[in-house]
Amino acid sequence: MTAQIIRRLLWLPFLLIILTIITLALAYYGPGDPVQVMLGPRAPKEAAEALRQQLGLNDPFPVYVVKYISKALQGDLGESYKYRGQPVGPLIWERLGVSAQLNLAALLIGTVIGIFLGTVAGLFRNSWVDYGIISTVVLLDSIPTFAITLPLLFLFAVRWRILPPGGWQGLLDIRAILPIAILSLGPMTVFARQTRANLLEVIGQDYIRTARSKGLPESMVITSHALRNSLIPLTTLFGLALGGSLIGGSFFMETLLGIPGIGRLAFETFLARDYPVITALVILTAATIAIANLVVDVAYAYIDPRIRAT
Amino acid sequence: MAVAQGVRPTGQGAWVPQATSRRSRFIDGWRRFSRHKLAVLGLFIVGAWIVCGLFAPWIAPYSYRENNLAVSQQLPSAEHWLGTDRLGRDQLSRLIWAARTALIVAPFAVTVSFALGLIFGSLAGYLGGWVEGIIMRVADVLLAFPGLLFALLLSVTLKPRLVSMMEASSVLKDLVRSGYAELIIVILALSVVGWPGLARLVRAQVLSSKNSLYIEAARASGVNTWRVIRQHILPNILAPIIVVLSMSLGGAVVAESGLSFLGLGVEPPIPSWGNMIYENASNGLWRTANAPYLVWAPGAIVSLLVFAFSFIGDGLNEALNPQIGEGSR
Repeated sequence: MTAQIIRRLLWLPFLLIILTIITLALAYYGPGDPVQVMLGPRAPKEAAEALRQQLGLNDPFPVYVVKYISKALQGDLGESYKYRGQPVGPLIWERLGVSAQLNLAALLIGTVIGIFLGTVAGLFRNSWVDYGIISTVVLLDSIPTFAITLPLLFLFAVRWRILPPGGWQGLLDIRAILPIAILSLGPMTVFARQTRANLLEVIGQDYIRTARSKGLPESMVITSHALRNSLIPLTTLFGLALGGSLIGGSFFMETLLGIPGIGRLAFETFLARDYPVITALVILTAATIAIANLVVDVAYAYIDPRIRAT
Repeated sequence: MAVAQGVRPTGQGAWVPQATSRRSRFIDGWRRFSRHKLAVLGLFIVGAWIVCGLFAPWIAPYSYRENNLAVSQQLPSAEHWLGTDRLGRDQLSRLIWAARTALIVAPFAVTVSFALGLIFGSLAGYLGGWVEGIIMRVADVLLAFPGLLFALLLSVTLKPRLVSMMEASSVLKDLVRSGYAELIIVILALSVVGWPGLARLVRAQVLSSKNSLYIEAARASGVNTWRVIRQHILPNILAPIIVVLSMSLGGAVVAESGLSFLGLGVEPPIPSWGNMIYENASNGLWRTANAPYLVWAPGAIVSLLVFAFSFIGDGLNEALNPQIGEGSR
């Protein structure tokens, strides 16, 4: 197990470097002239050429990559093309907090409700309660964010005038309700279904029969034997959701509701082909996901001794 | 409860082995599938989608691209059941034609990514060693991107280049003019994003079946690698893959709509449920009392399809996997 962790930690920098090269290649050979974006189409030729030289766009690609990586290692991720004069690091950092709050709150709420619903569905399996819960959560989860957000905003903000129309004033503001509620549907469904499936699997195990046959009350069997064991695999799920949702999770939501987080930054910079920001975002996301995967595997081995043994 | 294949209960309560043919297995599977009512409902929804997509020119009352400014921005009427958009195009017809867009993109994207996933996953799982190392590391790299963002990045960076390449060739020039070239780019982007996850699934399945006795027997009798993979391993690991296939189709429909919604996938005048949501939302008409459906209807269709595919996946899971058949559901 330890050897495996070390091997994966060693692999991580390579993964990040390969991703950097791919993104830089898309930037270097891709369409759009960043200089033109920054200076406008009517800029004098000499100024454009000077800026091109300064950004390293005249260097051959390998030189460009090496320069980028060596600067990045010193903490200099370059300057945004779209937000002129702003270094990429702080630009992302400012928005990271907003996205993190939003996604973390949604994930936590979704997980708690999901586990609860999954447990209820599992306990009343094959009854109308079970079918009702499962088909409702699947139906809710089938609705893409970009399809549900505007209609709900219309209902709450325009027709009923209960909520302000979009924006972001921090996690404890009334504006955060709608995005968090919608974003929590995804994890809620995943956790409800997985909890139910795990519970059904565990209930069929021999040790549950043993617990019952030694006269344990059903409530004890469920809480301390069945539920406890069925929750173990969920840690993996939680970790993966945590890693994956940081940027991709609230992408549409932030774009639609004007929430100044990383998702919206990604959308803006993608459209503007602001490659320094895009590259940094890609590396950040990849690193988050890779580290989350690693932490999950380690945590999993720690919780479930059977895995550690192998 | 585990039911051995070819064994079924008789009236006397005894277990009598029976010969299984392909046909009876199919009937058996259908029996298990059809017990899942929501899965059957899902089949009907998907069926309606396919019919709309295939026969759009005959079903839709109007053309999807014909502008008629005399009737622009109309609310529902007898002539235009769902009203018209800014350019006077019939909304209902565009919704129906968008079924064709999705019907082109989703199956193609899923087929390409499944083909890649199956080939690379089975090679990695079966051969092991450096082949596995390279394939799985590439998959790791691709999986480290959140899927949609990667598709976006590809579509932003590759689209202008691909379009100009296609315009240069005489065969594809007309395709670009018709606007359908964008579909190819969406399909490409979704395939690149889709295959690594599948390759991982296939590899895991191959690994678990590789060391079984029947594979050893096949290898011992001198069957070559490709044949072992194709004839012996793939049929045995097909069930979970088919289930994922069903879910992926729903995912591809959403991804296409999402990209088109952002203006980075299928662009008007070709209708897509995604770009319809965007167009209708940026047009003020939907905020009036009578027309909010302009924004939620395309989204509802996408949602319905995802819902359908996810329950078809459930039904297939039960039909193809006898171990979770009868009692344990």
